[in-house]
Amino acid sequence: MSEDNAKDQPDAATLLAGLAAGLASAEIRIVDLTHRLDPDFPIIVLPPEFGQCAPFRMEEISRYDARGPAWHWHNISLGEHAGTHFDAPIHWISGRDLPNNTTDTLPVQKLVGQVCVIDCEAESDADDDYEMGVDKIAAFEVEHGEIPAQSWVLMRTGWSRRRGADYINLRADGAHSPGPDAAAVRFLVEQRDIIGFGTETVGTDTGQAVHADPPYPAHYILHGAGRYGLQCLANLDQLPPTGAVLVAAPLKIRQGTGSPLRVLALVP
Amino acid sequence: MTTSLPPLPEPVRKDPQKKTPSALIPPLARSRLGLRLSAEAARGRFRLPHCNACDKPIWPPREACPACLSALHWRDADAAGTLIAETTLETSPELYFRERTPWRVGTVDLAGGVPVMAHLHAQCRVGDTVTLRLFLDKADRAVFMAFSDLDSPDLREDIQLRELTNDPRHRRVLITDARTPAGVALARAMTKAGAKRIFAGIGDAWKRDAAIEALEGMETVSTVPLDLTDTRSVEELCGEIGGKVDILVHNAEQVRPGGVMAGRGIADAKQLHEKLVFGFMRLAESFGPVMRSRGADGVNAATAWVNLLSVYAHANWPAYGQHSAAHAATLSLAQCLRGEMQGSGVRVMNAFAGPLEQDWHDQVLPPKVTPDRLAREIVGALQGGQQDVYIGDVARDVAERFEDDAKLLEMELAGGGQ
Repeated sequence: MSEDNAKDQPDAATLLAGLAAGLASAEIRIVDLTHRLDPDFPIIVLPPEFGQCAPFRMEEISRYDARGPAWHWHNISLGEHAGTHFDAPIHWISGRDLPNNTTDTLPVQKLVGQVCVIDCEAESDADDDYEMGVDKIAAFEVEHGEIPAQSWVLMRTGWSRRRGADYINLRADGAHSPGPDAAAVRFLVEQRDIIGFGTETVGTDTGQAVHADPPYPAHYILHGAGRYGLQCLANLDQLPPTGAVLVAAPLKIRQGTGSPLRVLALVP
Repeated sequence: MTTSLPPLPEPVRKDPQKKTPSALIPPLARSRLGLRLSAEAARGRFRLPHCNACDKPIWPPREACPACLSALHWRDADAAGTLIAETTLETSPELYFRERTPWRVGTVDLAGGVPVMAHLHAQCRVGDTVTLRLFLDKADRAVFMAFSDLDSPDLREDIQLRELTNDPRHRRVLITDARTPAGVALARAMTKAGAKRIFAGIGDAWKRDAAIEALEGMETVSTVPLDLTDTRSVEELCGEIGGKVDILVHNAEQVRPGGVMAGRGIADAKQLHEKLVFGFMRLAESFGPVMRSRGADGVNAATAWVNLLSVYAHANWPAYGQHSAAHAATLSLAQCLRGEMQGSGVRVMNAFAGPLEQDWHDQVLPPKVTPDRLAREIVGALQGGQQDVYIGDVARDVAERFEDDAKLLEMELAGGGQ
């Protein structure tokens, strides 16, 4: 952006008023990228000797009854990484010593930002283990321009339309689902300075990522560089490749490593 | 030569226009001394008070030997006798028996001179040499039953015996957490025992495995979604099939080694308790009242609630300390459920086993109980109408030591014993 253009830019108050008007008139649509928190929603599967993420559960406190005559409410319980959720840098060993690496300390300015959506549906349909490489990002940029710095990048695979066993897609040798390869993540972090990376699958990595180098490259590289992860996203097919704005604010959990959240996209 | 009996008719569907009968139970009141007989019967034992000096059983139980005033001791008794008289009740002041007449009872001369009132198996005739067995009736109180031939192929074709037991034959069974080795073995054993239909509860149906495929391959089995850690899942299944469950088997396997200090932490323990302890509560809240209301639902009544428990529910085994604790809590709740089921005619049975032959006991030395044996003995205990059954050498040994001296057992286990 040149200095002349910057002078032509409306001030922040005008920008915000325009945003509010756009939302009120629904010219700017809000798309929900979140799955319903449901006890049946699959959780990442780890070998049983490891600790396990607790799935979403809900217990009634009262329902207009002797336990509370005029009110209905629930206690809920779940792991930080259940359902549509956010990964903070402290989630991975590579990000454990970074400053502001937890859900209560991370800079909130980064939680709203422009978003690029790379469509990998065809490749993922053809290959459950599809790995998005740098070439795919390069092809995206040829068509839609360079991914701007401080963007969110989402990998669209159509995986969110899968249900039950097909979603985790377990076989005897583990889960099979698409994700980025190590070089692609490194490129997005080092060359494009993204805020974070999101997927429709249960993790930011491929199902077989334990066998990659480094293991779980998306987690290792993103969080090691202080970037964020979003997973179990839905409705990515309703987003344009560029031009939408993502709102992804995790709960302010003390020393939280992640959080379930409502992910919204503002779409022109 | 015993007479052959025609097979008991398969239960017919009930007339939906008729009221479900209220549960009636036979007389409940016993003295503490009399109740002791029920405690023996509950464990499948045939023990009577004996006078050691006179070397004979004393019946009915007394505080001292009526002949020599010596103290009495409960021990295994010779169960052989002679049926010396019989009668058929055609009516009774007891509501329970009024509903069930005609009912045969008789007097058995036990051990030459000890007369005992007993229910009679249909094959018994006056003059027969008979064997006595103790059973718990619908009030969970001990009664004697006499048999002329315990090996008869028609043994279980007797309506009075069926009333005293919880035979899976012709009945509908729900097995929870059925995708476990024990769950699959139970489905097989229940099928073999003649269960009409088996509902196999499957959690996380999105994970396929060989156990699910084995269950789906059985004609009597219907797999149903059931996650014991999810209240809504339990409620939904109860809504669907609650009124059809005659026998509920609470199987919730999550064996993990580790104790309190050197354990796997709170998160892991919580998941264990969620499944085992709160899973039990969820079942009790949903299925319990329905089964209780169906305890006398004609020939298609709810009859038993079975809990698969670790014998270390009685005393903590530190190597699997968290596991023991969860089973102890479940045992306590099962005792509570027994109290709440009292009067409904639904038996709460606890099946205790030591380490099972399965992956999470791979560092435990044999003897271990195979899933097939576990299932077979549970079916046997249902057919025997037991309240408690101890399966395998380890469970029996631990139970004996517990009964002998609970404190001593605790010290043995704390000292590294098993």
